[in-house]
Amino acid sequence: MFGYYLDLALRSLRRNKMLTALMVLAIALGIGACMTTFTVLHVLSGDPLPDKSARLFYPQVDPLDMDGYEAGKEPERQVTWIDGMNLLKAKRGERQALMTGGAVPVQPTQSSMDPFFSDARYTTADFFPMFETPFLYGHGWSEAEDDGKARVAVISRSLNDKLFDGKDSTNQILRMKDTAFRVIGVLDNWRPNPHFYDLNMGQYSVAEDVFLPLATSRDLNLARNGSRNCWGKGGGNDDEHLEVATCVWLQFWVQLQSADKAADYRTFLDNYSKEQKALGRFERPSNVRLSNLMEWLDVNKVVPSDVRLQSWLALGFLMVCLVNTVGLMLAKFLRRSGELGVRRALGASRREVFMQLLVEAGVIGLAGGVGGVLLAYLGLWLVRLQPADYASLAHLDLPMLLITFVLAITASLLSGLLPAWRACQITPALQLKSQ
Amino acid sequence: MMQIKPILAALKRHKAGTILIALQIALTLAIVCNALFIIQQRVDRLSRPTGMIETDLMAIQNRWVGIDDEATAPLVKADIQILRSLPGVEDAVSTNSFPLRGGGWSMGVRLNPTAKKPITQTTLYFVDDHALPTMGAKLIAGRNFRADEVVTIDPKVFESSPVVIITKALADKVFPDGSALGKQIYITEGAPSSTVIGIVERLQVPWNGNFANKFEGNSTLLPIQLSGNFSAYLIRSKPGQLASVLKAAPAALFKANRMRVIPSERGVRTYADVREQAYKSDRGMAILMGIICVVLLAITAAGIVGLTSFWVGQRRKQIGVRRALGATKHDILSYFLTENLLIGIGGVVVGAMLAVGMNLWLMQQFEMARLSPVYVIAGVIVLLLLGQGAVLAPAMRAARVSPVEATRSV
Repeated sequence: MFGYYLDLALRSLRRNKMLTALMVLAIALGIGACMTTFTVLHVLSGDPLPDKSARLFYPQVDPLDMDGYEAGKEPERQVTWIDGMNLLKAKRGERQALMTGGAVPVQPTQSSMDPFFSDARYTTADFFPMFETPFLYGHGWSEAEDDGKARVAVISRSLNDKLFDGKDSTNQILRMKDTAFRVIGVLDNWRPNPHFYDLNMGQYSVAEDVFLPLATSRDLNLARNGSRNCWGKGGGNDDEHLEVATCVWLQFWVQLQSADKAADYRTFLDNYSKEQKALGRFERPSNVRLSNLMEWLDVNKVVPSDVRLQSWLALGFLMVCLVNTVGLMLAKFLRRSGELGVRRALGASRREVFMQLLVEAGVIGLAGGVGGVLLAYLGLWLVRLQPADYASLAHLDLPMLLITFVLAITASLLSGLLPAWRACQITPALQLKSQ
Repeated sequence: MMQIKPILAALKRHKAGTILIALQIALTLAIVCNALFIIQQRVDRLSRPTGMIETDLMAIQNRWVGIDDEATAPLVKADIQILRSLPGVEDAVSTNSFPLRGGGWSMGVRLNPTAKKPITQTTLYFVDDHALPTMGAKLIAGRNFRADEVVTIDPKVFESSPVVIITKALADKVFPDGSALGKQIYITEGAPSSTVIGIVERLQVPWNGNFANKFEGNSTLLPIQLSGNFSAYLIRSKPGQLASVLKAAPAALFKANRMRVIPSERGVRTYADVREQAYKSDRGMAILMGIICVVLLAITAAGIVGLTSFWVGQRRKQIGVRRALGATKHDILSYFLTENLLIGIGGVVVGAMLAVGMNLWLMQQFEMARLSPVYVIAGVIVLLLLGQGAVLAPAMRAARVSPVEATRSV
C-alpha cells in the first residue's frame, strides 16, 4: 500500500511543479537556517571534558573590602595570589591548579627565524593530569619543580613542529625572554572548547603554546595577560608585586571526586573565608561559590548572545516556512477534492485517504530535509569564513545530521496533518455530484 | 467597499486558509520588524565616527624582545624619528592604544580626589604633541601639548599628568556647564590633579563592545610616553601615499632594530582594516538579518500567490456567474484585492502585537533597546503592499474569467 501511496504522491507532486518546488524550498530554507544556527549553538555549548566536567570545580571567595558591598552578590571570578596559594597548599581536593595567562617572547636558536611571541599559561603541576591533557612526548612537571621555580616548559604540538620540526624535543633547550628553559613535555593536539579554564582569554581561543610553572613566571617577571581587578590600595599597575597587591588575577580549579566531597569543599571554603575575616584580611561576610565546569560556563554566559539571537530568529523563520507549507498543502489537497471523492466512492476509507496524503507530505519533508542539509552545509561554510574565534569549530556532526532529517520530516508531517485531515472530511457524494 | 460583506461571508467558508495567510503575515511582520531594528542598531554602531580623519592613516603594533622594559624609551623615540622622516609620511605618534584597537587603559574621573565613586570613566591615550595632527582630531578649545611637556614614565609608577587634553563628551559629562577648559580633574584616586588645557571635538575609546557604550566618547590624552614592552604607532601618510608607507614603515623599523616582533596578524594595518575588523561581527549580523528579511518576505509573497491562485481556480464558476450577472473585470479584480487587504489587516494587527511582544522578550534576553513604532508602521505598510502585489497576478487571472464559464458544466 505504501508503494502505491508513494506512486500517487510522486504523480501529484509532478503535476504541479511550481507549487511542489515552493513547498520543498520553504522547508529546505527553514531547516537549513535552523540547522546552521543550532549546529553553531551545539558546538559552542558543548562540554570540553565530557568524562570529567562533573568532577571539576571552580571555587569563588569574596576578598573585596566593604566598598560597594551588596549581600549575596556574586563574588569575584578570580582569586588573589594569597588566596590562590592558600587553597592550593591546603590540598583539600584530589587535584588542584592555580593559573594565569601570559605571553612569552620565544627566541629561536635558528638564525633563520625571527623571535616571536607565544601565548603562555603559567600554572601548577596538577594542571596536566587534572585536565587530562594528551602528551605526545614527555610529561608535565611535578610539585618539586613548582617549588623550585624550575626553568622547565611544556609546549604545544604546533610550537614543537615550528621549532623542532615535530621531533621529540624533550630535554632540548628553548630560549624565552633571554632564559634557557628545558622542554620536558610536548602536548598532542589539544583544544578544549570553550577555553574553559580561563574565559578571559577569548572564550573559544586555542590552547596556549607554552606552559610554564607559575612560580617560575613570577620569578622571571614574565608578562601576563588576562583580566585583573583591583580594589582599595590596589597597586594594579605594578606587575612585579602582584603577590601582595589587593587584586584578583588568578584562576583556581579543583578536582573533587563526589558530591559529598564537593559539599565538604564548600564548607572548607566557608570556614576559610571566616578565618580570613577573623584574621582581618577579608572584610566581607563569607560569600563562597563552588560551580562545576558546566555551571561555570553558564555563570559566564559563554555562548555569545548573537549566536543565541540567531538561533531564535532561525526558529521563527522555520515557523513562517512551516505555516507557509501548511497553507500551500491545504490548497493543494483541497484542489484534489474531486479525485479524493472518487477514491472514497470506490471504497478507500477515510484513514487510507489520510495516509495517502500524509505520505505525500512526508515526501515533501524528505526532499526539504535533503535541501536543508545542503543549505546547512553551505551556511556552516559561510560561518567558518567569519572572523570569530569559534568559527573554525562549526561542523555538522552525525547526531546533528540525523536531527536535521528527523526535524524536516516531522515538521512536514505535522504541517501535512491539518490539510490531510481537512481533505479527507470531504463527502464523496457531494464531490461526485458537482463533477 | 460595499463588497466587504460578501467577502467576509466567503472567507468564513475558507477559515483554515484565511487564518494561515493571516498567521504567516503576522509572524513575518514580527520577525521583519525586529530584524530591521537590529540592522539599524548595528549600522548605527558601525557608522559611529572615531573623531579621527581615517583616510591616509595606518597603525603598527610593536613588541620588544630581549630588551628590559625600562630600556625601551629611547628605542621608541628612535622609531618615531625614523617614521616621521620617511618619505610619504606626514606625521607619526607612539601611543599605548587608539580608537577601535580593542585593548586600552581606562580610569575613573573625579573632581574630588578622595571621592569613592568616580563621576565617569575615561580611556587614557599616552601620546605626545604629534597626536592631534597624526590622528586628525579636531581641537575645539584650548591648545595642543608643547614638546617640552612630554615626559617618559614607567607605567608601574604612573599616577597622573599636570596637563591633559580631553574630549568634549568627557568635558560635558564632568562640567555640564561647559567650563571645562582650565579646570582641574583627577584621573587617579588620591593622586595630583591635571589641568585641562585643550578640548577635542571627538575621540572614540579603544573598545567597541556593549560595556563601553556608556563612555564611548570619553577619552583623555596625556603628554606621556610609557616605557615598556609594547607600543603602537599611528602613522599619517601624505595624501594617497598610504600604500607605499604601509610597506616602507615596517621595513624601516626592522632595518633600524631587529629586537622586535611585529605580529603578522594585525601587526601592520591601514585604519580602514582596523575599522573593518572591529565591526566585522556587527556587519555580519546586519547582513544576516537583511537576508532573513528578504527571504521571509519572498516566502510570504509566494505563499499568498499560491493560496490565492488556488482560490481563484476554485471559484472560477462563481466568478463566471458574477461576470454574467453584470460584474465588470474591475469588480472582480477589486474583490480579490479587498479580500487580501482584509486578511492582511487581520495579520498585521496580530503581527504588530507580536512584534512588540518579541521586542520586549529580546530586551529581556539580549539587552536590546525598545523597538521604535516607526519600524512597526513601516513593516505594516510593507506587508500590506506585499500582499496586494502578490495577489495581483492571480486576481488579474480571475478578472479574465469569461462570463461563459458560468454556463459550462452546470
